[in-house]
Amino acid sequence: MSGLLVVSPGLLTTVQDLGRFGWAHFGVSASGAADPFALRAGNLLVGNAENAAALEMTLMGGAFEFEAGAVVALTGSDFGAGLPLWSPVEVKAGQTVRCGPSQSGARCYLCVRGGIGVPKVMGSASTHVMTGVGGRALRKGDILPIGNEAVRKPRGDAKDVPRLPSGDALLVTGGPQAESFGDELYRGVYIVSEESNRMGLRLHGPAIPSSAGQMLTEGVPLGAVQVPPDGQPIVLFVEHQTTGGYPKPANVISADFRRLGQLRPRDQVSFERVTIEQALRLLQRQEQWLYGL
Amino acid sequence: MTIRPASDRSLLVVFGDRICAESYAEVARLTHSLAGARGILNLHPAYASVLIDFDPRRHTHRQIEALVRDCLQIPHPPDPLPRLVEIPVRFGGEFGPDLEDVAHHTGLAPERVVDLFAAADYLVYFVGFSTCFPYLGGLPAELATPRLSAPRKNVPEGSVAIGGSQAGVYPLASPGGWRLIGRTALRLFDPQGAPPPLLRMGDRVRFLAEGSA
Repeated sequence: MSGLLVVSPGLLTTVQDLGRFGWAHFGVSASGAADPFALRAGNLLVGNAENAAALEMTLMGGAFEFEAGAVVALTGSDFGAGLPLWSPVEVKAGQTVRCGPSQSGARCYLCVRGGIGVPKVMGSASTHVMTGVGGRALRKGDILPIGNEAVRKPRGDAKDVPRLPSGDALLVTGGPQAESFGDELYRGVYIVSEESNRMGLRLHGPAIPSSAGQMLTEGVPLGAVQVPPDGQPIVLFVEHQTTGGYPKPANVISADFRRLGQLRPRDQVSFERVTIEQALRLLQRQEQWLYGL
Repeated sequence: MTIRPASDRSLLVVFGDRICAESYAEVARLTHSLAGARGILNLHPAYASVLIDFDPRRHTHRQIEALVRDCLQIPHPPDPLPRLVEIPVRFGGEFGPDLEDVAHHTGLAPERVVDLFAAADYLVYFVGFSTCFPYLGGLPAELATPRLSAPRKNVPEGSVAIGGSQAGVYPLASPGGWRLIGRTALRLFDPQGAPPPLLRMGDRVRFLAEGSA
Protein backbone atom coordinates (compact mmCIF):
# COMPACT_ATOMS: atom_id res chain seq x y z
CA MET A 1 0.00 0.00 0.00
CA SER A 2 1.33 3.41 -0.86
CA GLY A 3 1.70 5.91 1.92
CA LEU A 4 3.09 9.21 2.97
CA LEU A 5 5.91 9.46 5.53
CA VAL A 6 6.11 12.46 7.85
CA VAL A 7 9.78 13.42 7.59
CA SER A 8 9.16 16.51 9.70
CA PRO A 9 5.74 17.60 10.98
CA GLY A 10 6.19 21.38 10.98
CA LEU A 11 4.67 23.50 13.74
CA LEU A 12 1.15 22.02 13.80
CA THR A 13 0.08 19.72 10.99
CA THR A 14 -3.18 17.78 11.24
CA VAL A 15 -5.44 15.67 9.06
CA GLN A 16 -8.61 17.63 8.21
CA ASP A 17 -11.69 17.20 6.07
CA LEU A 18 -14.71 19.52 6.12
CA GLY A 19 -15.66 18.55 9.68
CA ARG A 20 -17.63 16.30 11.96
CA PHE A 21 -21.29 17.27 11.92
CA GLY A 22 -24.23 16.02 13.95
CA TRP A 23 -22.60 15.85 17.39
CA ALA A 24 -22.97 19.41 18.76
CA HIS A 25 -25.75 18.20 21.09
CA PHE A 26 -23.03 16.13 22.76
CA GLY A 27 -20.72 19.14 22.97
CA VAL A 28 -18.52 18.08 20.05
CA SER A 29 -17.90 20.91 17.58
CA ALA A 30 -17.30 20.20 13.92
CA SER A 31 -13.55 20.93 13.73
CA GLY A 32 -12.48 20.49 10.08
CA ALA A 33 -10.32 22.64 7.81
CA ALA A 34 -9.70 26.16 9.13
CA ASP A 35 -9.77 27.40 5.52
CA PRO A 36 -12.47 25.17 4.00
CA PHE A 37 -12.27 26.98 0.66
CA ALA A 38 -8.60 26.03 0.20
CA LEU A 39 -9.28 22.40 1.20
CA ARG A 40 -12.19 22.06 -1.22
CA ALA A 41 -10.27 23.69 -4.07
CA GLY A 42 -7.27 21.41 -3.48
CA ASN A 43 -9.44 18.31 -3.46
CA LEU A 44 -11.25 19.35 -6.64
CA LEU A 45 -7.92 20.05 -8.39
CA VAL A 46 -6.58 16.53 -7.71
CA GLY A 47 -9.94 14.96 -8.63
CA ASN A 48 -11.09 14.07 -5.12
CA ALA A 49 -14.48 14.35 -3.49
CA GLU A 50 -14.37 17.83 -1.94
CA ASN A 51 -14.67 16.41 1.60
CA ALA A 52 -11.58 14.17 1.26
CA ALA A 53 -9.04 14.44 4.08
CA ALA A 54 -5.83 16.40 3.52
CA LEU A 55 -2.97 17.81 5.58
CA GLU A 56 -3.44 21.22 7.16
CA MET A 57 -0.15 22.95 7.98
CA THR A 58 0.03 25.92 10.33
CA LEU A 59 2.55 28.83 10.06
CA MET A 60 5.51 26.47 9.51
CA GLY A 61 5.08 23.56 7.13
CA GLY A 62 6.51 20.05 7.26
CA ALA A 63 8.22 17.61 4.88
CA PHE A 64 6.41 14.57 3.50
CA GLU A 65 7.92 11.69 1.53
CA PHE A 66 5.75 9.79 -0.94
CA GLU A 67 6.34 6.03 -1.13
CA ALA A 68 4.67 5.85 -4.54
CA GLY A 69 3.95 8.37 -7.26
CA ALA A 70 1.01 10.67 -6.51
CA VAL A 71 -0.84 13.75 -7.68
CA VAL A 72 -0.93 16.56 -5.11
CA ALA A 73 -2.12 20.15 -4.86
CA LEU A 74 -0.94 22.84 -2.45
CA THR A 75 -3.59 25.45 -1.66
CA GLY A 76 -4.10 28.24 0.83
CA SER A 77 -1.01 30.22 1.77
CA ASP A 78 2.43 29.92 0.21
CA PHE A 79 4.70 27.87 2.48
CA GLY A 80 7.64 28.01 0.06
CA ALA A 81 7.47 24.41 -1.18
CA GLY A 82 8.88 25.38 -4.58
CA LEU A 83 5.83 23.87 -6.31
CA PRO A 84 3.07 25.86 -8.01
CA LEU A 85 0.10 26.61 -5.74
CA TRP A 86 -3.54 25.95 -6.74
CA SER A 87 -2.43 23.43 -9.32
CA PRO A 88 -2.33 19.62 -9.56
CA VAL A 89 1.31 18.47 -9.51
CA GLU A 90 2.74 14.98 -10.05
CA VAL A 91 5.26 13.74 -7.50
CA LYS A 92 7.44 10.68 -8.08
CA ALA A 93 7.95 7.67 -5.81
CA GLY A 94 10.48 8.62 -3.13
CA GLN A 95 10.03 12.36 -3.67
CA THR A 96 9.72 14.63 -0.63
CA VAL A 97 7.43 17.67 -0.64
CA ARG A 98 9.21 20.09 1.69
CA CYS A 99 7.40 23.14 3.04
CA GLY A 100 8.81 25.92 5.17
CA PRO A 101 7.66 29.04 6.96
CA SER A 102 4.57 30.76 5.65
CA GLN A 103 5.15 33.58 3.22
CA SER A 104 1.57 34.85 3.42
CA GLY A 105 -1.25 33.57 5.67
CA ALA A 106 -1.55 31.04 8.49
CA ARG A 107 -2.38 27.81 6.67
CA CYS A 108 -1.39 25.70 3.68
CA TYR A 109 -3.12 22.48 2.58
CA LEU A 110 -1.44 19.49 0.99
CA CYS A 111 -4.16 17.59 -0.85
CA VAL A 112 -3.30 14.17 -2.30
CA ARG A 113 -5.23 12.39 -5.02
CA GLY A 114 -7.22 9.70 -3.16
CA GLY A 115 -7.19 11.69 0.09
CA ILE A 116 -5.48 10.80 3.36
CA GLY A 117 -6.95 7.41 4.24
CA VAL A 118 -7.06 7.59 8.05
CA PRO A 119 -10.03 5.92 9.78
CA LYS A 120 -13.04 8.16 10.34
CA VAL A 121 -14.19 8.82 13.89
CA MET A 122 -17.87 9.74 14.23
CA GLY A 123 -18.09 10.17 10.47
CA SER A 124 -15.08 12.40 9.90
CA ALA A 125 -11.31 12.14 9.50
CA SER A 126 -10.81 15.59 11.06
CA THR A 127 -8.52 15.97 14.03
CA HIS A 128 -10.06 17.91 16.91
CA VAL A 129 -6.76 19.03 18.42
CA MET A 130 -8.05 20.26 21.77
CA THR A 131 -9.88 17.01 22.69
CA GLY A 132 -8.07 14.37 20.65
CA VAL A 133 -11.24 13.32 18.85
CA GLY A 134 -10.16 11.95 15.47
CA GLY A 135 -6.45 11.79 16.26
CA ARG A 136 -3.57 14.11 17.13
CA ALA A 137 -1.10 16.48 15.51
CA LEU A 138 1.31 14.64 13.21
CA ARG A 139 4.73 13.57 14.48
CA LYS A 140 7.97 12.71 12.75
CA GLY A 141 7.86 9.11 11.53
CA ASP A 142 4.08 8.87 11.20
CA ILE A 143 3.02 7.02 8.05
CA LEU A 144 -0.34 7.97 6.57
CA PRO A 145 -2.15 5.77 4.05
CA ILE A 146 -3.48 7.25 0.82
CA GLY A 147 -7.25 6.76 0.53
CA ASN A 148 -9.62 6.06 -2.32
CA GLU A 149 -11.57 9.32 -2.52
CA ALA A 150 -10.58 10.08 -6.11
CA VAL A 151 -13.79 10.51 -8.09
CA ARG A 152 -12.65 12.02 -11.39
CA LYS A 153 -9.56 13.07 -13.31
CA PRO A 154 -7.26 15.75 -11.92
CA ARG A 155 -8.10 19.25 -13.20
CA GLY A 156 -5.99 21.85 -14.89
CA ASP A 157 -4.56 24.80 -12.97
CA ALA A 158 -7.02 26.97 -11.11
CA LYS A 159 -7.56 30.29 -12.87
CA ASP A 160 -8.16 33.57 -11.08
CA VAL A 161 -8.18 32.24 -7.52
CA PRO A 162 -10.42 34.63 -5.57
CA ARG A 163 -7.90 36.75 -3.69
CA LEU A 164 -7.88 37.15 0.05
CA PRO A 165 -8.56 40.85 0.63
CA SER A 166 -6.12 41.06 3.54
CA GLY A 167 -6.53 44.77 4.16
CA ASP A 168 -10.32 44.79 4.12
CA ALA A 169 -12.57 44.37 7.10
CA LEU A 170 -13.92 40.97 8.10
CA LEU A 171 -17.58 40.91 7.12
CA VAL A 172 -20.12 40.06 9.81
CA THR A 173 -23.86 39.82 10.26
CA GLY A 174 -25.53 40.89 13.51
CA GLY A 175 -25.34 38.38 16.38
CA PRO A 176 -28.17 37.37 18.74
CA GLN A 177 -27.29 40.11 21.27
CA ALA A 178 -26.49 42.84 18.70
CA GLU A 179 -28.97 45.23 20.40
CA SER A 180 -26.91 45.15 23.60
CA PHE A 181 -23.96 46.72 21.79
CA GLY A 182 -23.17 50.10 20.22
CA ASP A 183 -21.01 50.52 17.12
CA GLU A 184 -17.65 50.20 18.92
CA LEU A 185 -16.92 46.84 17.28
CA TYR A 186 -17.05 48.54 13.88
CA ARG A 187 -14.76 51.44 14.78
CA GLY A 188 -11.75 49.71 16.33
CA VAL A 189 -8.75 47.94 14.83
CA TYR A 190 -7.90 44.68 16.60
CA ILE A 191 -4.73 42.62 16.74
CA VAL A 192 -4.86 38.81 16.58
CA SER A 193 -3.31 37.55 19.85
CA GLU A 194 -0.60 34.88 20.12
CA GLU A 195 -3.02 32.88 22.31
CA SER A 196 -5.29 32.24 19.34
CA ASN A 197 -5.81 28.65 18.24
CA ARG A 198 -8.34 26.46 16.45
CA MET A 199 -10.83 27.03 19.30
CA GLY A 200 -10.88 30.78 19.03
CA LEU A 201 -9.15 33.87 17.70
CA ARG A 202 -8.50 36.19 20.62
CA LEU A 203 -8.38 39.83 19.60
CA HIS A 204 -6.79 42.75 21.44
CA GLY A 205 -7.90 46.32 20.95
CA PRO A 206 -10.32 48.94 22.24
CA ALA A 207 -12.66 47.35 24.81
CA ILE A 208 -16.24 46.82 23.60
CA PRO A 209 -18.89 47.84 26.16
CA SER A 210 -22.09 45.82 26.43
CA SER A 211 -25.37 46.24 28.29
CA ALA A 212 -26.15 42.52 28.08
CA GLY A 213 -25.24 41.63 31.68
CA GLN A 214 -25.52 38.00 32.85
CA MET A 215 -27.18 35.80 30.27
CA LEU A 216 -28.24 32.19 30.17
CA THR A 217 -25.84 29.79 28.44
CA GLU A 218 -26.95 29.23 24.82
CA GLY A 219 -25.68 27.52 21.68
CA VAL A 220 -22.91 29.30 19.77
CA PRO A 221 -22.17 28.98 16.04
CA LEU A 222 -18.89 29.00 14.12
CA GLY A 223 -17.59 32.52 13.59
CA ALA A 224 -19.47 34.04 16.54
CA VAL A 225 -17.85 37.20 17.88
CA GLN A 226 -18.28 36.92 21.65
CA VAL A 227 -17.40 39.64 24.12
CA PRO A 228 -16.45 38.60 27.68
CA PRO A 229 -16.61 41.15 30.53
CA ASP A 230 -13.12 42.50 29.72
CA GLY A 231 -14.48 43.74 26.38
CA GLN A 232 -11.82 41.98 24.25
CA PRO A 233 -13.61 40.04 21.48
CA ILE A 234 -13.03 36.35 20.72
CA VAL A 235 -14.02 34.91 17.34
CA LEU A 236 -15.14 31.31 17.88
CA PHE A 237 -13.31 29.08 15.45
CA VAL A 238 -13.55 25.52 14.09
CA GLU A 239 -12.95 23.78 17.46
CA HIS A 240 -15.21 26.20 19.32
CA GLN A 241 -17.23 25.33 22.39
CA THR A 242 -20.81 24.39 21.46
CA THR A 243 -22.48 26.48 24.18
CA GLY A 244 -21.47 29.67 25.95
CA GLY A 245 -22.71 32.50 28.11
CA TYR A 246 -21.06 35.63 26.69
CA PRO A 247 -23.04 38.08 24.54
CA LYS A 248 -22.39 38.11 20.79
CA PRO A 249 -22.69 41.37 18.83
CA ALA A 250 -21.81 39.80 15.46
CA ASN A 251 -20.96 36.67 13.49
CA VAL A 252 -18.39 36.34 10.69
CA ILE A 253 -20.06 35.44 7.38
CA SER A 254 -19.54 32.01 5.80
CA ALA A 255 -17.73 33.49 2.80
CA ASP A 256 -15.08 34.92 5.15
CA PHE A 257 -14.36 31.70 7.09
CA ARG A 258 -11.41 31.20 4.72
CA ARG A 259 -10.01 34.54 5.84
CA LEU A 260 -10.34 33.54 9.51
CA GLY A 261 -8.31 30.43 8.67
CA GLN A 262 -5.52 32.53 7.20
CA LEU A 263 -5.21 35.07 10.04
CA ARG A 264 -1.89 34.94 11.83
CA PRO A 265 -0.91 36.19 15.29
CA ARG A 266 -0.27 39.97 15.14
CA ASP A 267 -2.43 40.44 12.02
CA GLN A 268 -4.79 43.41 12.15
CA VAL A 269 -8.54 42.93 11.97
CA SER A 270 -11.51 45.25 11.68
CA PHE A 271 -15.19 44.49 11.18
CA GLU A 272 -17.88 45.63 8.77
CA ARG A 273 -21.54 44.70 9.04
CA VAL A 274 -23.49 43.33 6.07
CA THR A 275 -26.98 41.86 5.72
CA ILE A 276 -27.63 38.13 5.54
CA GLU A 277 -28.67 38.59 1.90
CA GLN A 278 -25.29 40.19 1.08
CA ALA A 279 -23.49 37.42 2.99
CA LEU A 280 -25.27 34.74 0.98
CA ARG A 281 -24.51 36.47 -2.34
CA LEU A 282 -20.79 36.51 -1.46
CA LEU A 283 -20.97 32.82 -0.53
CA GLN A 284 -22.66 32.05 -3.84
CA ARG A 285 -19.86 33.82 -5.73
CA GLN A 286 -17.28 31.61 -3.99
CA GLU A 287 -19.32 28.50 -4.73
CA GLN A 288 -19.53 29.39 -8.42
CA TRP A 289 -15.76 29.67 -8.63
CA LEU A 290 -15.36 26.25 -6.97
CA TYR A 291 -17.93 24.67 -9.28
CA GLY A 292 -15.91 26.01 -12.20
CA LEU A 293 -12.89 23.87 -11.21
CA MET B 1 -40.79 31.91 21.82
CA THR B 2 -38.53 33.95 19.55
CA ILE B 3 -36.71 32.76 16.42
CA ARG B 4 -33.86 34.81 15.01
CA PRO B 5 -30.76 34.30 12.86
CA ALA B 6 -27.56 33.89 14.89
CA SER B 7 -25.41 33.88 11.72
CA ASP B 8 -25.84 33.43 7.96
CA ARG B 9 -25.98 29.66 8.59
CA SER B 10 -27.80 29.30 11.91
CA LEU B 11 -31.07 30.06 13.65
CA LEU B 12 -31.56 30.56 17.41
CA VAL B 13 -34.87 29.45 18.92
CA VAL B 14 -35.38 30.89 22.43
CA PHE B 15 -38.13 29.63 24.75
CA GLY B 16 -37.38 31.77 27.80
CA ASP B 17 -34.72 33.47 29.86
CA ARG B 18 -34.51 31.24 32.92
CA ILE B 19 -33.83 27.64 33.91
CA CYS B 20 -37.16 25.87 34.42
CA ALA B 21 -38.98 22.64 33.64
CA GLU B 22 -41.23 24.26 31.00
CA SER B 23 -38.35 25.56 28.90
CA TYR B 24 -36.48 22.29 29.34
CA ALA B 25 -39.49 20.38 27.98
CA GLU B 26 -39.66 22.61 24.88
CA VAL B 27 -35.90 22.35 24.28
CA ALA B 28 -35.97 18.55 24.61
CA ARG B 29 -38.98 18.26 22.33
CA LEU B 30 -37.52 20.45 19.57
CA THR B 31 -34.11 18.78 19.81
CA HIS B 32 -35.58 15.29 19.52
CA SER B 33 -37.94 16.15 16.69
CA LEU B 34 -35.20 17.89 14.65
CA ALA B 35 -32.59 15.17 15.21
CA GLY B 36 -31.69 13.70 11.84
CA ALA B 37 -33.86 16.18 9.89
CA ARG B 38 -32.55 16.70 6.39
CA GLY B 39 -30.36 19.77 5.85
CA ILE B 40 -29.63 20.32 9.53
CA LEU B 41 -25.94 20.07 10.34
CA ASN B 42 -25.92 20.51 14.11
CA LEU B 43 -28.24 21.15 17.03
CA HIS B 44 -27.05 22.99 20.13
CA PRO B 45 -29.65 22.62 22.90
CA ALA B 46 -29.16 24.71 26.05
CA TYR B 47 -31.27 25.59 29.13
CA ALA B 48 -33.97 27.50 27.28
CA SER B 49 -32.87 27.64 23.65
CA VAL B 50 -31.82 25.56 20.67
CA LEU B 51 -29.31 26.77 18.08
CA ILE B 52 -29.74 25.13 14.67
CA ASP B 53 -26.82 25.05 12.18
CA PHE B 54 -27.74 24.40 8.57
CA ASP B 55 -26.11 24.45 5.14
CA PRO B 56 -26.89 27.89 3.66
CA ARG B 57 -26.31 26.56 0.14
CA ARG B 58 -29.30 24.26 0.55
CA HIS B 59 -31.68 26.01 2.94
CA THR B 60 -32.79 29.50 3.90
CA HIS B 61 -33.51 30.82 7.37
CA ARG B 62 -37.15 30.99 6.37
CA GLN B 63 -37.28 27.29 5.46
CA ILE B 64 -35.65 26.24 8.72
CA GLU B 65 -37.98 28.50 10.68
CA ALA B 66 -40.98 26.84 8.99
CA LEU B 67 -39.54 23.43 9.90
CA VAL B 68 -39.21 24.51 13.54
CA ARG B 69 -42.81 25.76 13.65
CA ASP B 70 -44.03 22.50 12.11
CA CYS B 71 -42.13 20.47 14.70
CA LEU B 72 -43.67 22.47 17.53
CA GLN B 73 -47.19 21.91 16.14
CA ILE B 74 -47.00 18.14 16.08
CA PRO B 75 -48.31 16.57 19.30
CA HIS B 76 -45.31 15.18 21.05
CA PRO B 77 -45.13 11.48 21.89
CA PRO B 78 -44.70 10.88 25.62
CA ASP B 79 -41.08 11.07 26.71
CA PRO B 80 -39.36 7.72 27.02
CA LEU B 81 -38.76 6.67 30.63
CA PRO B 82 -35.67 8.55 31.77
CA ARG B 83 -32.55 6.53 32.30
CA LEU B 84 -31.04 6.63 35.79
CA VAL B 85 -27.24 6.84 35.76
CA GLU B 86 -25.38 6.30 39.01
CA ILE B 87 -21.94 7.87 39.30
CA PRO B 88 -19.53 6.69 42.00
CA VAL B 89 -17.49 9.61 43.34
CA ARG B 90 -14.57 9.99 45.71
CA PHE B 91 -15.19 13.27 47.49
CA GLY B 92 -12.71 15.71 49.01
CA GLY B 93 -8.95 15.57 49.47
CA GLU B 94 -6.94 15.43 46.26
CA PHE B 95 -10.11 14.45 44.35
CA GLY B 96 -12.12 17.47 45.48
CA PRO B 97 -9.71 20.30 46.25
CA ASP B 98 -12.56 22.85 46.58
CA LEU B 99 -14.75 20.84 49.02
CA GLU B 100 -13.40 22.85 51.97
CA ASP B 101 -14.14 26.12 50.14
CA VAL B 102 -17.70 25.00 49.39
CA ALA B 103 -18.11 24.02 53.07
CA HIS B 104 -16.76 27.40 54.13
CA HIS B 105 -18.96 29.32 51.69
CA THR B 106 -22.14 27.43 52.61
CA GLY B 107 -21.42 27.30 56.35
CA LEU B 108 -21.81 23.50 56.36
CA ALA B 109 -19.40 20.79 57.46
CA PRO B 110 -17.64 19.08 54.50
CA GLU B 111 -19.34 15.79 55.42
CA ARG B 112 -22.72 17.53 55.31
CA VAL B 113 -21.93 18.99 51.85
CA VAL B 114 -21.17 15.48 50.59
CA ASP B 115 -24.32 14.03 52.19
CA LEU B 116 -26.57 16.69 50.67
CA PHE B 117 -24.88 16.48 47.26
CA ALA B 118 -25.19 12.68 47.14
CA ALA B 119 -28.80 12.66 48.40
CA ALA B 120 -30.12 14.83 45.54
CA ASP B 121 -31.62 13.76 42.20
CA TYR B 122 -30.18 15.52 39.17
CA LEU B 123 -31.44 16.03 35.63
CA VAL B 124 -29.18 16.45 32.58
CA TYR B 125 -30.63 19.66 31.09
CA PHE B 126 -28.30 19.50 28.12
CA VAL B 127 -24.82 18.47 27.07
CA GLY B 128 -22.44 21.02 25.62
CA PHE B 129 -19.47 23.28 26.35
CA SER B 130 -16.39 21.30 25.55
CA THR B 131 -17.16 17.71 24.58
CA CYS B 132 -19.93 15.93 26.46
CA PHE B 133 -20.07 18.22 29.51
CA PRO B 134 -23.43 17.50 31.22
CA TYR B 135 -25.24 20.54 32.67
CA LEU B 136 -27.09 19.23 35.72
CA GLY B 137 -30.06 20.82 37.45
CA GLY B 138 -31.16 19.73 40.90
CA LEU B 139 -28.33 20.95 43.10
CA PRO B 140 -29.71 21.59 46.63
CA ALA B 141 -30.02 25.37 46.95
CA GLU B 142 -27.91 25.48 50.11
CA LEU B 143 -24.91 24.09 48.16
CA ALA B 144 -24.80 26.85 45.53
CA THR B 145 -21.29 28.32 45.43
CA PRO B 146 -19.94 30.91 42.99
CA ARG B 147 -17.39 29.89 40.39
CA LEU B 148 -13.69 30.56 40.91
CA SER B 149 -12.73 34.14 40.10
CA ALA B 150 -9.96 32.82 37.82
CA PRO B 151 -10.54 29.46 36.09
CA ARG B 152 -8.07 26.62 36.55
CA LYS B 153 -5.90 25.90 33.53
CA ASN B 154 -6.28 22.16 33.96
CA VAL B 155 -9.20 20.40 35.65
CA PRO B 156 -8.62 16.61 35.84
CA GLU B 157 -10.86 14.27 33.86
CA GLY B 158 -13.85 13.02 35.88
CA SER B 159 -13.95 16.00 38.27
CA VAL B 160 -17.39 16.50 39.85
CA ALA B 161 -18.07 20.18 40.29
CA ILE B 162 -20.43 22.93 41.44
CA GLY B 163 -20.78 26.12 39.39
CA GLY B 164 -23.23 28.55 40.99
CA SER B 165 -26.54 26.66 41.26
CA GLN B 166 -25.49 24.02 38.71
CA ALA B 167 -23.57 20.79 38.97
CA GLY B 168 -21.49 19.04 36.33
CA VAL B 169 -18.78 16.50 35.58
CA TYR B 170 -15.69 17.25 33.45
CA PRO B 171 -15.55 14.48 30.81
CA LEU B 172 -11.98 15.30 29.74
CA ALA B 173 -9.13 17.24 31.30
CA SER B 174 -9.78 20.86 30.36
CA PRO B 175 -9.68 24.40 31.72
CA GLY B 176 -12.59 25.21 34.01
CA GLY B 177 -13.86 27.59 36.67
CA TRP B 178 -16.27 25.39 38.65
CA ARG B 179 -15.62 24.24 42.25
CA LEU B 180 -14.22 20.71 42.30
CA ILE B 181 -15.65 18.60 45.13
CA GLY B 182 -14.86 15.05 43.98
CA ARG B 183 -13.86 12.82 41.10
CA THR B 184 -15.29 9.76 39.36
CA ALA B 185 -13.36 7.03 37.66
CA LEU B 186 -16.26 6.43 35.25
CA ARG B 187 -15.44 7.58 31.73
CA LEU B 188 -18.11 9.94 30.40
CA PHE B 189 -16.64 9.96 26.94
CA ASP B 190 -13.92 8.11 25.05
CA PRO B 191 -12.29 10.24 22.33
CA GLN B 192 -11.15 7.06 20.57
CA GLY B 193 -14.64 5.61 20.60
CA ALA B 194 -17.89 7.16 19.55
CA PRO B 195 -20.86 8.78 21.25
CA PRO B 196 -23.29 8.55 22.80
CA PRO B 197 -21.54 9.76 25.91
CA LEU B 198 -22.48 8.28 29.28
CA LEU B 199 -24.75 11.22 30.16
CA ARG B 200 -27.37 12.53 27.72
CA MET B 201 -30.08 15.15 27.81
CA GLY B 202 -32.99 13.91 29.94
CA ASP B 203 -31.01 11.40 31.99
CA ARG B 204 -31.54 11.30 35.75
CA VAL B 205 -28.28 11.24 37.72
CA ARG B 206 -27.32 10.24 41.26
CA PHE B 207 -23.90 10.51 42.81
CA LEU B 208 -22.75 7.71 45.12
CA ALA B 209 -20.08 8.47 47.72
CA GLU B 210 -17.32 5.93 47.28
CA GLY B 211 -14.82 5.03 50.04
CA SER B 212 -13.86 7.60 52.63
CA ALA B 213 -13.15 11.20 51.77
